[in-house]
Amino acid sequence: MSANFFYTIEVIANGLMTGVMYSLVALGFVLIFKASGVFNYAQGVMALFAAMTLVGIQSGQVPFAHLINVIFGTHLDKFGWEVPTFIAIILALLVMIGFAFIVERYILKHLVNQDPIILFMATIGLAYFMEGFGDLMWGSEIKKLDVGLPQGGNVWLESATAGWADGFYGFYLDNLDMWATAIAIVLVASLIAFSNYTKTGRALRAVADDNQAALSVGISLRTIWVIVWSLAGFVALVAGIMWGAKSGVQFSLSLIALKALPVLMLGGFTSIPGAIVGGMIIGVGEKLFEFAIGPYIGGATENWFAYVLALLFLVFRPQGLFGEKIIERV
Amino acid sequence: MNATAESYVTEDGRTIGAPVMEMKNITLKFGGVTAISNISFDIREGEIRAIIGPNGAGKSSMLNVINGFYHPQEGEIWFHGEKRKPMKPYQIAQQGIARTFQNIALFKGMSTLDNIMTGRFTHMKTNMLMQAIWKGPAEREENLNRDIVEHVIDFLEIQAIRKTPVGRLPYGLQKRVELGRALAAQPKLLLLDEPMAGMNVEEKEDMSRFILDVNDEFGTTIALIEHDMGVVMDISDRVVVLDYGKKIGDGTPDEVRNNQDVIDAYLGVAHD
Repeated sequence: MSANFFYTIEVIANGLMTGVMYSLVALGFVLIFKASGVFNYAQGVMALFAAMTLVGIQSGQVPFAHLINVIFGTHLDKFGWEVPTFIAIILALLVMIGFAFIVERYILKHLVNQDPIILFMATIGLAYFMEGFGDLMWGSEIKKLDVGLPQGGNVWLESATAGWADGFYGFYLDNLDMWATAIAIVLVASLIAFSNYTKTGRALRAVADDNQAALSVGISLRTIWVIVWSLAGFVALVAGIMWGAKSGVQFSLSLIALKALPVLMLGGFTSIPGAIVGGMIIGVGEKLFEFAIGPYIGGATENWFAYVLALLFLVFRPQGLFGEKIIERV
Repeated sequence: MNATAESYVTEDGRTIGAPVMEMKNITLKFGGVTAISNISFDIREGEIRAIIGPNGAGKSSMLNVINGFYHPQEGEIWFHGEKRKPMKPYQIAQQGIARTFQNIALFKGMSTLDNIMTGRFTHMKTNMLMQAIWKGPAEREENLNRDIVEHVIDFLEIQAIRKTPVGRLPYGLQKRVELGRALAAQPKLLLLDEPMAGMNVEEKEDMSRFILDVNDEFGTTIALIEHDMGVVMDISDRVVVLDYGKKIGDGTPDEVRNNQDVIDAYLGVAHD
């Protein structure tokens, strides 16, 4: 076998892992869209906010330090302690759950029965509010996130596979990517199991299907919304940790939400497995395209490939791969 | 008979108890339109109570008032001897009032089994953390409730479609699954909104039999709306007749059948 064959496999493996990272973000969208028909524009910012909160708590930053300093003329910065990663993650999760309560109480509750476009606009407002609020709370500088996951290439794998072909120096796979993939798989499997086999999971699906019927069997819509937004907050936190550990916690983190859009087009807005498969197709597709065709057309194809692929899908299969078929009766 | 609170025994040997639900002078308005005006009636424990009337008489509105989708502007609702405060529909469901809908409202993407399991929602008490851990209380509770649901499935003779997504079922079966979901809640009061609408004769007979069996075997109190007069007169103990949001008759099927106002309403005599 030639070295090129192994390099192609390496590209596919990297593509799959990148794809899973996209799926993590897309998953947050799917959860909220399924349960409330809202396209949550703020999902990316939620991931950013969650990651900022995690770093802030971990490093013992004083929240709103800048604001407090300006008003009271103090010089607060850090509490001077460091919170262990595990506890910091739990605390960040609690913050995201608190956020879900606030969203339900002050936004969703007042917009019941409005058109989806109104709710969409509300989430745009929410996104910008959160972005500013996050900066105010934790400061806007680029932060480094270290949750103790191994970084860099996997040396063992590289040396073990080196020399499988002439001119092949072994598979280069990033440790963090592999961890992220494993965590994402566990997360998705548990989410699917939860929604299929528990009372709350059934209630989530019920609300997604028919609000009135759900009410009539005793399910409180407001409770379900809080649960859904908490779950989306949890997924955002996981995505924020993975992406933050990879490329630092900074504003551009919120833009990964844009990468989730083509994933959703492919997978369908209402399917959890769809988000996963969609992410993988996009991930592998863009890496392979860049590897095989990129050099001939000047590279940087990863910037647009996903969107063009999504466009093609929209033309031929508007409901996505796994979405419920759109049938309009006339 | 209506005025008394004592229980009595019907000809076929069922015991009809004191009123479980009393509607007192209910008035419901949508803007300037009065859907229900000053209507009072009661539903007794263990009886099958029908609400009939021509289109637009306010029957469905009345059911929606009982179930909490609508809140009347005037009047009182008494449930189990207590005056009910204005409540959300899900709170009323938790009190033991289950219902079906005129235009089937099932969870279409979910299987028959899952749909009926949602009917057990108010009876399942484990919290989300326990459910996430799954082993222990959540699993026990799930199995316990699953048994009850399987019983309902046997009762309604729908074993064959347990795993089928209900969106794929024919209309008559969907109606039956919806009844199953309401039954699974083991309600104190079961509301049926046109349970036989759009069915053929055979399906209607099946449904009538199920309604009678539910009432007979479990002693469930049932209030139903139905258009098919033959069916209503056959299966109900007492009938209340609405027309243009007003009550024009109330009593046993025989009494109602001979009521001049009811005959006029159904034969379309001009209102004075």
